[in-house]
Amino acid sequence: MYLRPVTLDEAVDVLATHGGRILAGGTDFFPALGDRQPAGPIIDISRLDELKAISVGPEAVRIGARATWSAVAAAPLPRAFDALKVAAREVGSLQIQNAGTVAGNLCNASPAADGVPPLLALDAEVELSARGGTRRLPLAAFITGYRQTAIRPDEIVTAVVVPRTIEGASAFLKLGARRYLVISIAMAAAVVEADAAGRVAEARVAVGACSAVAQRLAALEAALVGAPARPGLGDRVTTDHLAALSPIDDLRATAAYRRDAALTLIRRALEACVAEN
Amino acid sequence: MLDRVRTVDAGPEIAFTLNGRDVAVVSSPAARLTTVLREDLGHTGTKVGCDAGDCGACTVLLDDEPVCACLVAAGQAEGRSVVTVEGLATHSPNAERLKAAFLSHGAAQCGICTPGMLVAATALLDRNPTPTESEVMDAIGGVLCRCTGYRKIVKAVLDARATPAQADPPAAGKAVGARIARLDGERKVSGTEIFGADAWPADCLVVRAVRSPHHRAGFTFGDIDAFVAANPGVVRVFTARDVPGENRYGVIPPFADQPVFAERAARFRGEAVAAVVGEPAAMAALDLNRFPVTWQELPANTTIEAALAEGAPLLHEDRAGNVLVRGRVVRGDVEAALAAADVIAEGEFETGFVEHAYIEPEAGFARRVGDRIEIQACTQAPYMDRDDVARILGLAPEAVRIIPTAVGGGFGSKLDLSVQPFVALAAWHLNRPVRMVYTRPESIMTTTKRHPARIRARAGATREGRLVGLDFFGDFNTGAYSSWGPTVANRVPVHASGPYHVPHYRALTRAVHTHLVPAGAFRGFGVPQAAIAQEQLYDELADRLGMDRLEFRILNALAPDQPTVTGQVLGEGVGIRACLEALRPHWRRAREEAAAFNAAADGHLRRGVGVAGMWYGCGNTSLPNPSTIRVGLKRDGRLSLHQGAVDIGQGSNTVITQICADALGAPVARFDLLSGDTDVTPDCGKTSASRQTFVTGKAAELAGRGLRRAILRLANAGEAAEVVFEDGAVTVRAGDHARRIALADLPLDAHGYVLTGEATFDPPTSPLDADGQGIPYAVYGFGVHMVEVEVDVELGTVKALKITAAHDVGRAINPTLVEGQIEGGAAQGLGLALMEEFHPGRGENLHDYLIPSAGDMPPVQSILVEDASPVGPFGAKGVGEQALIPTAPAILNAIHDATGARIRRVPATPDRVRAAILAAKSARG
Repeated sequence: MYLRPVTLDEAVDVLATHGGRILAGGTDFFPALGDRQPAGPIIDISRLDELKAISVGPEAVRIGARATWSAVAAAPLPRAFDALKVAAREVGSLQIQNAGTVAGNLCNASPAADGVPPLLALDAEVELSARGGTRRLPLAAFITGYRQTAIRPDEIVTAVVVPRTIEGASAFLKLGARRYLVISIAMAAAVVEADAAGRVAEARVAVGACSAVAQRLAALEAALVGAPARPGLGDRVTTDHLAALSPIDDLRATAAYRRDAALTLIRRALEACVAEN
Repeated sequence: MLDRVRTVDAGPEIAFTLNGRDVAVVSSPAARLTTVLREDLGHTGTKVGCDAGDCGACTVLLDDEPVCACLVAAGQAEGRSVVTVEGLATHSPNAERLKAAFLSHGAAQCGICTPGMLVAATALLDRNPTPTESEVMDAIGGVLCRCTGYRKIVKAVLDARATPAQADPPAAGKAVGARIARLDGERKVSGTEIFGADAWPADCLVVRAVRSPHHRAGFTFGDIDAFVAANPGVVRVFTARDVPGENRYGVIPPFADQPVFAERAARFRGEAVAAVVGEPAAMAALDLNRFPVTWQELPANTTIEAALAEGAPLLHEDRAGNVLVRGRVVRGDVEAALAAADVIAEGEFETGFVEHAYIEPEAGFARRVGDRIEIQACTQAPYMDRDDVARILGLAPEAVRIIPTAVGGGFGSKLDLSVQPFVALAAWHLNRPVRMVYTRPESIMTTTKRHPARIRARAGATREGRLVGLDFFGDFNTGAYSSWGPTVANRVPVHASGPYHVPHYRALTRAVHTHLVPAGAFRGFGVPQAAIAQEQLYDELADRLGMDRLEFRILNALAPDQPTVTGQVLGEGVGIRACLEALRPHWRRAREEAAAFNAAADGHLRRGVGVAGMWYGCGNTSLPNPSTIRVGLKRDGRLSLHQGAVDIGQGSNTVITQICADALGAPVARFDLLSGDTDVTPDCGKTSASRQTFVTGKAAELAGRGLRRAILRLANAGEAAEVVFEDGAVTVRAGDHARRIALADLPLDAHGYVLTGEATFDPPTSPLDADGQGIPYAVYGFGVHMVEVEVDVELGTVKALKITAAHDVGRAINPTLVEGQIEGGAAQGLGLALMEEFHPGRGENLHDYLIPSAGDMPPVQSILVEDASPVGPFGAKGVGEQALIPTAPAILNAIHDATGARIRRVPATPDRVRAAILAAKSARG
């Protein structure tokens, strides 16, 4: 059964009635199938135009669940979103960015999902809709483990919502073994907000591909507060700040290397946030 | 509620706009758009390389945006616009410009990625008519190409909007040396080229293989009849007992050991034990995990060490110690020479499995025609396929016809059988056409790889910088079956000296069986692995002596009058010194620039320059490998060239024609090409060993000259006369005399031509003795690569900035195609150096197995040295494999130059480079 609702109400209705898998950009859906044919109902949400928009409101930036990476890259967004925009251009290839959605990237919940570190650093929330209503979860609570999320079978992710309380420069660095079409070995996102005195008022740092779920580094963020928001900020990062990470050995790199590289990426991301133009 | 559900339930008919026309198709809306375009709508210009968005070959425009059609559900196309390569020209004026630019730049080689490239590039130019180089790379970065090394594609896109310089086709006698566009290029840029998966008879069945999930496993079948009965549409299951002839094949007949279906135990993960045949829809829906087979996993040798260990299980009872073949070349007294050497460098080196990763997975179909079987598939070796399939089916070779399709990349792996035995066996038994298309995981899991190598070597030199000896031991993991293992074991000892005079030499090799995927031929037959060891050691010798690394190589370069390590004195056509000397100004410039950069930089980036040399014998090692070319003059005045050298993208269709044209004195435009169909074209051997330009080219030269002589005889004219080809006639001019011979009324010969030229060429070689002394090859190609790199010492990432490649090609028959080989070979060498390694059982896809993308290849400056071979056609030598060999060691030497870290285990992934940098730092204190 292949169902193609045209309104969100229809979508949550058919999901409640039939269950099934949500299909949006297809960039994770089809690779996961391999040479098998899909089993069970498919609910294709690509006609839900109401989920397409990226809107910048006074309280929050709302990225509709059907917004593609290309749409994010092209949208006028506050500079705290620069990291997310860089990530948008690093996802797979242009073909993937034209089809794949930010929301789908979160639902796939890969440890190496390029969208997760920048959105974690922005305190993003995930909006979930079901026939019974809508709820929001912080992104950190939405992704519960390796390829696991808190989504319920009757829910559709309808938006990624970022509160506009976060200001400041942001940066994202992705490390891979080739230029395009590459899965991250490690990545780091940072947002640094400076106070009037030129000191770090708030810093947000997230690291991906170095643990089952990308992590914010709370100890580091706390340690950076009050530091001069000037070049050299990255030098304050020490290996102790990486304690929350639990990298593994895999085809792409060793665990030891990931820890080492993450340190470098975090330092450089912070430096990029405070670089003097 | 239910009504609403029904209204949104997509019906079976899907309507959309395809290339500007409305189409409606009955299909599952959940099917991939690629399947609907190709199978239901016959638009096979859109290629399928991975079904996972990893290769971009299926790029189409969906509402003007490039997307991977393999990731779009057919139902998502409903009501939208889809543009494929077939409709690109009507969609955008940029498409024609791009196609012309691709042809003139040689940006399409095999052509399998070309449709995706053209679609992606058209979308870019439609949006941005004047893109920068990096914008071009961003636009095409999602399409992988394994042939070109991308630079000619980037250039073609950048130049597409400039007025194309329409070069006139070369006049008669002027084809050799001309940069003519490939003769089969139009099909490749229009999407009409037929590759293995692109054609099949209407009533074709589909076959899929049941494969071992374990490296080594016993197995027992359950109730196969019940399985067939339970799956409507499944027609039959085949196993080993259905093989009418020998259940055994292999590219080197005396070593043939690979079964079509394993009999008692599977010897590698991916080995077939059965094949299921059925109607296409039933086969697509079939879950092969439900096939009735029980596996008993057995202890497996998964490393060379394990296979060589005492008591290790034997892969083949008659191969003691799991050693397939030993190779040996010994000259002089290497131990004494190294004991007396002033400086020594030594080391152990390791390389892994490397996947060919052509963008076209193996595909084809077979049909039974009476008591004959016909196979149309992608292949590099039609006659070898014919003989092996005949053996499997128990038929005479003449009862098998092989019709090669265009080949979407081969690089050595399509020399071996893949789909052929399955489709042939099924079509033979069922008397219905049967088709097979490998999935990407199936292709990676089961087809041959580059041999992993474990090499130990010591090299020595005098304090004046003269090489005195090299002692080399190499073990090569040949996997479960022989494939080309003997060739690798024998080729490496002949070449491990590099293109230098090494008076005292010992090179011993073993090809060792393991329970892993068979390793076979891959561009260089083990020589690239050997060069990684040898060229790094020679760099170390130069460093120890305080000598410039390039000058050290020039001092030791093999001279025409010096014996090679097999005692052969080539006498002529030894261009290594010329290649090395050609690099001198580039080397100086690059070294100065790197030093200046490093002096100025205080950050984490360090630059370095590396150089490495190469030599490579063209053709089989001391074994016959003849090619036969036939060229016929037709009554209409046109020429039929039976060109059996399979063009796998390297350009033999074009190069062989250029050679034949000049030998005959006819313009290239007069020729009609016939492919390597074994029923119509004589055997030109395999497309392998850098032999086609040399061996088949020579046969084409001789055949062309033969036909010219026949025409002159007909006209009673002497050798100096000029032959002019016209429609329906030839005119022979000598001085003031001209004789026009009308062809329409002349009788036809046994081949159906007015006149035929046919010639066979087999390069003169001699067998090697017990010490490997003799004449293994008639011709060697030589070359040197210099690579400039930038290393991020904190992250261990390596970026190649520029490759300068000097190659002695004897004579560049078509310089554009030669450059294409060099750039593409260098890209594969870069992959070998920096990112490519296949781990059997892990990462059987193109997102875990990485090959270079457009953004990884730096500009390549090719320097063509033409030190003519006395044997080759117009002096030409091969270049296909030569181009790959020196890149990886040059990159490794450049990394050392930049950082002081030696990488002895490739690929030099960021974690390995970073670890080596940290180790070098701590060793320095």
